[in-house]
Amino acid sequence: MADQKASTSIEAVESGLAAQGYIASRQIATAVYLSQQIEKPILVEGPAGVGKTELAKAIAAWRGKKMIRLQCYEGLDEAKALYEWKYAKQLLYTQILKDKLGEVLGGAQTLHAALDQLHDFGDVFFSKEFVEPRPLLQALEQPGGCVLLIDEIDKSDAEFESLLLEILSDFQVTIPELGTVSAITPPTVILTSNSERDLGDALKRRCLHLHIGFPEQRLEERIVESRVPGISQTLRRQMVGFIHEIRTLDLKKLPSVSETIDWARVLVLLQAGELDTEIVKDTLNVLLKYEADIEAAAPHVTTFIAKAARSNVFG
Amino acid sequence: MRENLHRFFRAARGAGVHVSPAESIDAMRAVAQVGFADRDILRDALLLTLAKSQDEKLALGDCFDLFFSQPEPRPEQPEANDNDTPPEGSHPPSPDATNEAGGGQPTEGLGALAQMLLSQDRNAIAAAIASAAGAASLSDIRYSTQRGIFSSRILDAMGLQRLRDDLDELTATNPSLAERLRAALEGLREAVRDTVSQGLALYAREEAENLRNDILRNAPLARIEPRQVEEMRALIRKIARRLRERYSKPRKRQRRGHLDVRRTLRRNAAWGGVPFLTAWKRKHRDRPKIVALCDVSGSVARVSDFFLLLIHSLHEVVDDVHSFAFSSHLIEVSDILESNSPEVAMAEIMSKVGFGSSDYGSSLDDFEHEFMSTLTPQTTVIVLGDARSNNLDPRADILRRISERSKRLVWLNPEGRMVWGFGDSEMPRYATFCSVVRQCGTAQQLERAVSDIVASYQ
Repeated sequence: MADQKASTSIEAVESGLAAQGYIASRQIATAVYLSQQIEKPILVEGPAGVGKTELAKAIAAWRGKKMIRLQCYEGLDEAKALYEWKYAKQLLYTQILKDKLGEVLGGAQTLHAALDQLHDFGDVFFSKEFVEPRPLLQALEQPGGCVLLIDEIDKSDAEFESLLLEILSDFQVTIPELGTVSAITPPTVILTSNSERDLGDALKRRCLHLHIGFPEQRLEERIVESRVPGISQTLRRQMVGFIHEIRTLDLKKLPSVSETIDWARVLVLLQAGELDTEIVKDTLNVLLKYEADIEAAAPHVTTFIAKAARSNVFG
Repeated sequence: MRENLHRFFRAARGAGVHVSPAESIDAMRAVAQVGFADRDILRDALLLTLAKSQDEKLALGDCFDLFFSQPEPRPEQPEANDNDTPPEGSHPPSPDATNEAGGGQPTEGLGALAQMLLSQDRNAIAAAIASAAGAASLSDIRYSTQRGIFSSRILDAMGLQRLRDDLDELTATNPSLAERLRAALEGLREAVRDTVSQGLALYAREEAENLRNDILRNAPLARIEPRQVEEMRALIRKIARRLRERYSKPRKRQRRGHLDVRRTLRRNAAWGGVPFLTAWKRKHRDRPKIVALCDVSGSVARVSDFFLLLIHSLHEVVDDVHSFAFSSHLIEVSDILESNSPEVAMAEIMSKVGFGSSDYGSSLDDFEHEFMSTLTPQTTVIVLGDARSNNLDPRADILRRISERSKRLVWLNPEGRMVWGFGDSEMPRYATFCSVVRQCGTAQQLERAVSDIVASYQ
């Protein structure tokens, strides 16, 4: 029945994303399915490099929709995110149409009549012609729908969050001079956050909250398999095992999935058959991004390789 | 099932997850989509719609597991959930079925509950307990002292009275059956007790915690019992987090307000005054500058612990904080607070200057000689202390100079107003030079005081 349908649809999401090279956990697939069914944005939180942005790209590719991306930063405001009037064009047009204005107003007998005529004429300059749509408005205007990615929302100001509320809950924006613009097809909205600051409750309330953490070993192996097809199974197991050991250390920045994939590529390039101390020490800088982290991890390399190899044999 | 979901929302609130009506509607819609068949998917769906942070997800996950660990006889009797009526009298099981299960025992004429108990139909009993718990509104349970009353209410709803009558009758006619029934009743009591305990665990947590926090917020910091210290720390940390959330949002340096006509004209002089480029007026905001002086002497040791914890959080909210700790002399502790976790920092500060006898005069003297330059006309100075200087020279003149150099001088005193000026308290002399003097003896007063200070810069 409905229940059956749900679990098969969630599997369909999983395989659809997998076809785009994004191996999603069950929870991610459920979130994507639900966001589609109850038309809610997804707020994705998690450490850097676990594939938050990738998720949006994969959804867009899977559904064959355009992806519109809004990168947030401090000081981002509605003029850059939503819409802006083309001031220069407006001014230019008024200059060019100056003579025309004279003609229009020439017929008027009194100041009042002239003013009335000017009023009829005035709205011309605040019409759709002169609106420069920015990502948010663009997303609403896509006839076939789209995937709207609002990236790193935590970097923007608190005021900007409030601006998003109308779009997130009703898929519409209000431009004072033009009225309300509603979405032709509601876009799929993905917001990502690195938890640099806590987002407002109002924003969180409007979203499905999805937390993507570091994947389990099996899942990560599958991710590497799909992203770096040239890597042998032994090496894949070993390196993922090694990275899981590294993540148990107290480091400034733990290696995430993107680093795992980079490292796998590097190992393939170097034509490594299996992990050994030499090659790990040489390529540790791919995995760890701080000098202090590399120093902290270096003494453990040998034990971790041994552990990874052991779990490979028994696992 | 909707009833069950509502009870789950209450339980979730009890577990500390904020569930607003809007969120519960979303959760309902999500559940309608995924159905109840797959428990993992149901769990994911509820976690996605209700929880809004990682902590909440964990709490809600635990709550989900506890909640749905209740025996649910759904598959056996798909009808029972739709008409959730308590089974006394109104919903009698068909006598034929009971007779079969009872193995031909002479159970005719007995009440529904007695028949159910004798037939040992676990699922039916569990369902009856669940629906009786609903009828007795178990989800309203708040305190552990209510356990007894809820147990008896549930038993009453299940038809205990009828069962007693049956027992009396059976004792006369059929003693062995009465014995069995009595044993079964004992088992039933136990099951009901467990149900009530579980209900207490699920629904009462929120209320109990609120009550405890409420008491704690208004308890004098100086007289906190040792076992409450940990809870108090947690509470202060919560306050600090709230302050941080409220005030640490990145602030726009340039705010678009009104058009700055003068600058616009000047900028567009090249185009004959046609305004191609616009200039906007800016709002100037003072950046908060705070200097905190914290007394850590023996007389206020208890309270200073919490003061330091709060100053530590101030360091996170405000960029420009200098903090100092003193008892008989004064040292700067900004670096210690900034580079360590609160616990480590507090231990280090206490080992350096803590627990001495306080000497406000020489501490202020230290401040004037070494750190007077940290004060600017935008600085707010906060002094946390009881102003008890062991009858040594209070050096109020230095405080006057501090007050003259700074924007504001706020004194937070953990003692009540009644005792200011008695004994060796120099508060009235100091108070002359302070912009504000506040009593600050409880967590709530502490929060208000610090909140006001930070807010004045917003």
